Amino acid sequence: MSETLHAVSVEVNGKPRSAQVPARLSLVDWLRDDLLLTGTHVGCEHGICGACSVMLDGEPVRACLMYAVQAHGHRVTTVEGLAKPDGSMSVLQDSFCEAHGLQCGYCTPGMLIAAQGLLNTNPDPTEAQIRDAIGGNLCRCTGYQQIVEAVQLAAERTAKEAK
Amino acid sequence: MKAAPFEYARAASLSEVCALLATHGDGAKLLAGGQSLVPMMAMRLVRPAWLVDINEIAELKFIAVEKDMARTGACTRQGAVERDHALAARVPLLRQALAWVGHVQTRNRGTIGGSLAHADPCAELPLVAQVLGARMLLRSGTGARTLEAEKFFAGPMATNVRPGECLEEIHWPAWSWRHTGSAFTEISVRHGDFAMVAAAAQVAIDGDGRCVRAAFGLGGVGGTPLAFPKIAGRLVGTRLDDAAVNDAAHAAATETQPGSDLHASAEYRRHLAGVLAARALREARERARSL
Ligand SMILES: Cc1cc2nc3c(=O)[nH]c(=O)nc-3n(C[C@@H](O)[C@H](O)[C@H](O)COP(=O)(O)OP(=O)(O)OC[C@H]3O[C@@H](n4cnc5c(N)ncnc54)[C@H](O)[C@@H]3O)c2cc1C
Ligand code: FES
Ligand code: FES
Repeated sequence: MSETLHAVSVEVNGKPRSAQVPARLSLVDWLRDDLLLTGTHVGCEHGICGACSVMLDGEPVRACLMYAVQAHGHRVTTVEGLAKPDGSMSVLQDSFCEAHGLQCGYCTPGMLIAAQGLLNTNPDPTEAQIRDAIGGNLCRCTGYQQIVEAVQLAAERTAKEAK
Repeated sequence: MKAAPFEYARAASLSEVCALLATHGDGAKLLAGGQSLVPMMAMRLVRPAWLVDINEIAELKFIAVEKDMARTGACTRQGAVERDHALAARVPLLRQALAWVGHVQTRNRGTIGGSLAHADPCAELPLVAQVLGARMLLRSGTGARTLEAEKFFAGPMATNVRPGECLEEIHWPAWSWRHTGSAFTEISVRHGDFAMVAAAAQVAIDGDGRCVRAAFGLGGVGGTPLAFPKIAGRLVGTRLDDAAVNDAAHAAATETQPGSDLHASAEYRRHLAGVLAARALREARERARSL
């Protein structure tokens, strides 16, 4: 069966990307399978786990609940886009290493996107606000405590750097 | 790819939506935030022949706060409504309810109209619509009509929106008494899940602390969210003391016919209904008194 293809042009991590996609191709499959940005993970593929979180126009969303064709004309940031321009890790990413905010790493890209989304609008969050921001992301390893501490550490470090 | 193949159209205007719906009839579905529809398509519970994407239609995305109501476009994101301070000041129940709806990521995408049209009997926004008596403006190729919340919800995941119609905007009545307070509360398996039972309440009191208007309702205990205008009416004239509140909550819970499932028996749900309705009414009363 031949499916209709749709043209999409999306800014992904600051670079313009274009493709022809079938309408039912999810955004996360396009990012991973066609653009080879495999940092974003896929877990449940129906909106429950948060592993596929990316930023759409700066706001965290689930990339398995959008079709790639819907991203046309928008800006997408994946976990690859969080690193500094020289490729070294961002303050948040480094804080996850420092505070042991990950074990197997499956949930980590989604956690980083959710946490960065929070810090972008609220640089000094309370613990409750951090837990709320990552509430839509499942982690089967850490028990969440160290993830919360990693986000707190990132907030402290960023505040210090600004001084 | 998880979903079955479908044809896709990105509508640029409401009139284009109406034209597409008229052409494709029953085979077409509107795609709003996709937070309910896309999972159902991934599981192939639904297989629409056409998806009409309404996400790029600017005229469906707005928040307007007016004298005696607030209007929201159907495709306004839940997150945008949650963050709007002017709206929260006039219709506080919306922000209070949205804190319980899904997660940051789902609210950044999910829309107000999508939640109402999806009509899950455990969903928070349909309950708010029912309690406040929201009005839904529906548009089709042949005209427009307005449905009150009471007539809008038809059953579990069912509304009286006709094929060919698109929910265009929602009117949320605002109460103008100075001492108006509202509250939303629920019990769910995990925070961010759909409610097992939810309760919403809004009360207004005069300078002497006497109730001049009350409204409350329950979700998760019937095929649609339920409001109890007659029982709420009996609170008017009281001081909303705990005894009056408990009586009203108990009377409402007794009227419900919840179902049983893996998570909770009908009996437990009815118990929760009474407890949560009383809690919501008390919290609303405290807010009204503090103003
Ligand atoms: C992990 C997760 C947790 C969630 N938790 C909750 C929760 O706690 N409470 C809750 O209420 N919801 C919850 N949801 C669902 C909520 O996020 C959805 O946003 C909402 O149910 C549907 O809105 P939508 O904009 O995403 O609509 P869509 O999924 O795009 O559409 C839903 C239905 O409405 C129809 N529709 C959409 N817009 C219109 C319109 N303008 N006119 C006519 N018909 C229309 C569509 O055709 C479709 O049938 C959750 C979802 C996820 C993934
Ligand atoms: S893969 Fe998207 S939420 Fe699980
Ligand atoms: S680190 Fe393994 S799932 Fe979170």
